[in-house]
Amino acid sequence: MTILKFILIPIIIIALFSIIGMFLVYMERKVCAFMQIRIGPNRVGKFGMLQTVADTLKLVLKENFSPKYIDKFLYNLAPLLAIIIPFVLTIPIAYSKSWQIWDINIGVLFITAFSSLSVISILIAGWASNNKYSMIGALRSGAQIISYELSGGLAILTIVMFSQSLKISEIIASQANGWWIIKGHIPVIVSFCIYMITITAECNRAPFDLTEAESELTAGFHTEYSGMKFALFFLAEYLNIFILSALGVILYLGGWQPFHLPNLLEFNNIMDFIPAPIWFFFKVFLIIFIIMWFRWTFPRLRIDQLLKLEWHFLLPLSLLNLIFGFILIMLNFIVK
Amino acid sequence: MGFFSLFLMIFSGLLFAVLSILVSKILVKNSTNFEKALPYECGVESLGILNFQQKIGYYFYALIFLIFEVELIFLYPWAVVAKSLGFMAFIEIMIFIFILFLGLLYAHKKNVLTWN
Repeated sequence: MTILKFILIPIIIIALFSIIGMFLVYMERKVCAFMQIRIGPNRVGKFGMLQTVADTLKLVLKENFSPKYIDKFLYNLAPLLAIIIPFVLTIPIAYSKSWQIWDINIGVLFITAFSSLSVISILIAGWASNNKYSMIGALRSGAQIISYELSGGLAILTIVMFSQSLKISEIIASQANGWWIIKGHIPVIVSFCIYMITITAECNRAPFDLTEAESELTAGFHTEYSGMKFALFFLAEYLNIFILSALGVILYLGGWQPFHLPNLLEFNNIMDFIPAPIWFFFKVFLIIFIIMWFRWTFPRLRIDQLLKLEWHFLLPLSLLNLIFGFILIMLNFIVK
Repeated sequence: MGFFSLFLMIFSGLLFAVLSILVSKILVKNSTNFEKALPYECGVESLGILNFQQKIGYYFYALIFLIFEVELIFLYPWAVVAKSLGFMAFIEIMIFIFILFLGLLYAHKKNVLTWN
């Protein structure tokens, strides 16, 4: 039984991640088309659904080229590191009550710790490529990711304080009588806004996509990567979005729990009928949709504006928010 | 699953990456020439390898980040038991945050946090 588990879990996770990666690329293009009143991919398969499958095939069939002046070892290490991180991050994520690989007692800390490793793979890629664009992109990305990690961590801390646990299952259980966002305490709503901004910045998404600002840096840190190694970076980026959105769902939107309204038994029973993983993925893709929405709403920030937003605004705000949350706790305003 | 799941996931990530690179290595033939192997600079003749100076600003950000990240790690255990520890621990934590906040103010005063 356990041996079967050891074989099945990697297969399931690899399959899940491949599907999620492909689906997110498709979703990105469709959402983008929807926002710009276009049709988007519609030739390959029904509604263009096989478009990303075709793209993946194309990427596999591209040659495995690496330039001359690279640092060979680090150049090959960077994509491996980038793709390993989302795989590790999936360990404490609860897809449903029993679909969790390891309910570690410091789950949230585990995710924050490992997700900050992704900056190392970006820096390695930028350094090893020996290209000016790559290096500038990597440095910018490093400054950006480490800056936004602070306010992200403080935003998470508010929920940790309210649910009094770092364990994912207990955080979800604390929302059994209403998701944190629906209970509507002011510190939670502020921290949710900060968290959304932060994950957008940490995943290098527009409007914070300075790393690969196409018009300035060609492609940022992966300028010198092509073929499958580029595909790994690409996939890792989308998987990071997925994992951080999943953490957002666990912290604020009640994880796999169905949507309930108080005093409406029939409605709640209907909601219970929908399986937990479907609820989970529905909420995750809702958050991802909002992140994609950001991309087509806000213009890209300059690096000085970006750092100013974090250090002069978000960091003090999230510290104040934490203190405010604590005062609410001590005055027994928070219904756990 | 315990700690073993960590190794299992690292292994499956590696497996995924190595397999996909191997498949494309088997299927595709490589070709290279001098021009193609140069650093890519939008088609303009390349200035050669990386040998330019970087902005010191990045270093300052990394330094301040380090301090605040350590602060964050200290705040995690406090946040879990914040309710049961009560106001006394809160005041101590406030002193701790305040000292670090002074550091942020100092950095701000020294114009480290403004990009120029």
